[in-house]
Amino acid sequence: MPGYIIQRLLQAGLVMLAMSALVFAGVHAIGNPIDLLISPDATQDIRAAAIAHYGLDQPLWRQYLAFLGRLLSGDLGRSLVFNIPVTELVFSRMPATLELALSAVLIGAVIGVPLGMWAGYRPDSVVSRGIMAVSVLGFSVPTFWVGLILILTFAVNLGWLPAGSRGPTVEVFGIGWSFLTLEGLRFMLLPALNLSLFKLALMIRLARAGTREAMLSDTVKFARAAGLSEFTILRHHVLRLISIPLVTVFGLEFGSTLAFAVVTETIFSWPGVGKLIIDSITSLDRPVMVGYLVLVAFLFVTLNLVVDLSYALLDPRLRRGRHAA
Amino acid sequence: MTLLQVRDLRTHFLTRAGAVKAVDGVSFELGRGEILGLVGESGSGKSVTGFSLIGHVDPPGRVVGGSIRFDGQELVGLAPPRMRELRGRRIAMVFQDPGATLNPVLTIGQQMVLAVQAHRRLPERDARALAAERLTRLGIPEAPARLDAYPHEFSGGMRQRVAIAMALLHGPDLIIADEPTTALDVSIQAQILVEMRALARESGTALIWISHDLAAVAAVADRIMVMYAGRIVEAGPVRATLAAPRHPYTRGLLDSLPATTEPGARLRQIPGHTPALLSLPPGCPFAPRCGYADATCMTAPPVIEQDGRMARCHHLLEPSP
Repeated sequence: MPGYIIQRLLQAGLVMLAMSALVFAGVHAIGNPIDLLISPDATQDIRAAAIAHYGLDQPLWRQYLAFLGRLLSGDLGRSLVFNIPVTELVFSRMPATLELALSAVLIGAVIGVPLGMWAGYRPDSVVSRGIMAVSVLGFSVPTFWVGLILILTFAVNLGWLPAGSRGPTVEVFGIGWSFLTLEGLRFMLLPALNLSLFKLALMIRLARAGTREAMLSDTVKFARAAGLSEFTILRHHVLRLISIPLVTVFGLEFGSTLAFAVVTETIFSWPGVGKLIIDSITSLDRPVMVGYLVLVAFLFVTLNLVVDLSYALLDPRLRRGRHAA
Repeated sequence: MTLLQVRDLRTHFLTRAGAVKAVDGVSFELGRGEILGLVGESGSGKSVTGFSLIGHVDPPGRVVGGSIRFDGQELVGLAPPRMRELRGRRIAMVFQDPGATLNPVLTIGQQMVLAVQAHRRLPERDARALAAERLTRLGIPEAPARLDAYPHEFSGGMRQRVAIAMALLHGPDLIIADEPTTALDVSIQAQILVEMRALARESGTALIWISHDLAAVAAVADRIMVMYAGRIVEAGPVRATLAAPRHPYTRGLLDSLPATTEPGARLRQIPGHTPALLSLPPGCPFAPRCGYADATCMTAPPVIEQDGRMARCHHLLEPSP
């Protein structure tokens, strides 16, 4: 097991290195931020000084090495627009996105897995067909459209819930969270639902496929022969048998939602990192783009690692160092 | 004393192509503590017979007729919750491949506790103690500690012992063992065979041993039933039946055992293969493969019963000289 962890950590490091190089080169190709930062009628001297100040006169590989050097000490540079450290900027927006993404993925899993298991358990029933129709809808209807319809229905027409922005926050460990108050939850409900629809559809599909397969297994036949109730079989045997793909997708979806909740955050003007990255792209705020993408890569690598390690928890056969008697 | 009385059991699989008559008019009785060997080739309906008894035939199959009386209670048409109360508690089942039947991601203890609590409201600690006691009885060393092990940490033979221990948890009246030793090494097969026979004798549990292995059945059973194409073609006490089979099919099965063939000689196999159950020939289903078949075999063979034996054939074999 320790060998496995070391191997995975080395892999993770390599992925990070490759990702940072790609991002750095890619963002460099988009455009020169200097053109946006200083006024067109600045003198040649001021222009040259500004270029030198941001290190943009150096060849790309030197800029990259300097960036890597700072990265190793946890410094992602300063935003050209806000003139504050990128890490500070990203982390100030992160809690909003974090609570939104987590609640979306949780809604998807907590509702989607039981629905999917039922659809897999009784594939031909009317209820199961209804569940599958919801799942097809969740896959095929675009997020922005659902978001607009949700706002139109629940905020504009019914007036039950706020149309956008984040509710009041409560400080815990120096970070503001809005899910701790009822009012905060009211603000979060619509964007979270909007984000969760796709995940819900995905979880239903996965749980259904896994359950259908597991129900035909000898394990389930044997459990039935032992007189276990169908609920116990589903709850204890089947859920454990199908958990690996579910946890994988849960992890990946959580990561991608954290990184790319852009559409939903924009529609609901949710002050998260998704809005930050869109703003920084329009203003060519290079350090924010690079820093953000590197952080996202780090997030994915970490989540993948956690998911991989959790396999060993879920499937004892993957644990090493224990042998058959 | 009769424990199980099966009358004209018919289990059909209703497919789009028509009804596959996997079990078609099977009747037999089983006394308490009796061991019955149910023999046949793949597709003869022997496993489906077993699953019919516990009321768990995979769809699209279902019991379409007949009667199963278990200890005076009719099982055909019994409400599923009543049937579930019997399963595992009074009728247990052991399957062929313990590697596939035990849940690979739960410990032996977790699975056994679930099986205990399916029928008895016992706190987990007592359920574990019961499980450990049964494992010990099946010869699993350090059973209490082994409860926390996973199936893959056991050898194939040990896994099957665990499965048998689970079947014994509630002291059932009847255990249906569906090819329980087929997936095991020959030496382990013999051990399990002997132990199961001893356990059944000791606890007065009746046993239906489903197998294609005549040698195993000869070693374990009191009586034997030979199934072919969903019907019982021959039944009787195991020694007498195997010493002097009356049905040509039983003879063919015996002859195809390597042990009965001269060393170096070509194995005698039954020509042809099991018929498709959708298109059974009229009359005797074995006729196309039978060396004794003639025109009379185009009509349904009579059931001939004498001195405690039964055979379904127009041309009963005389004991070979």
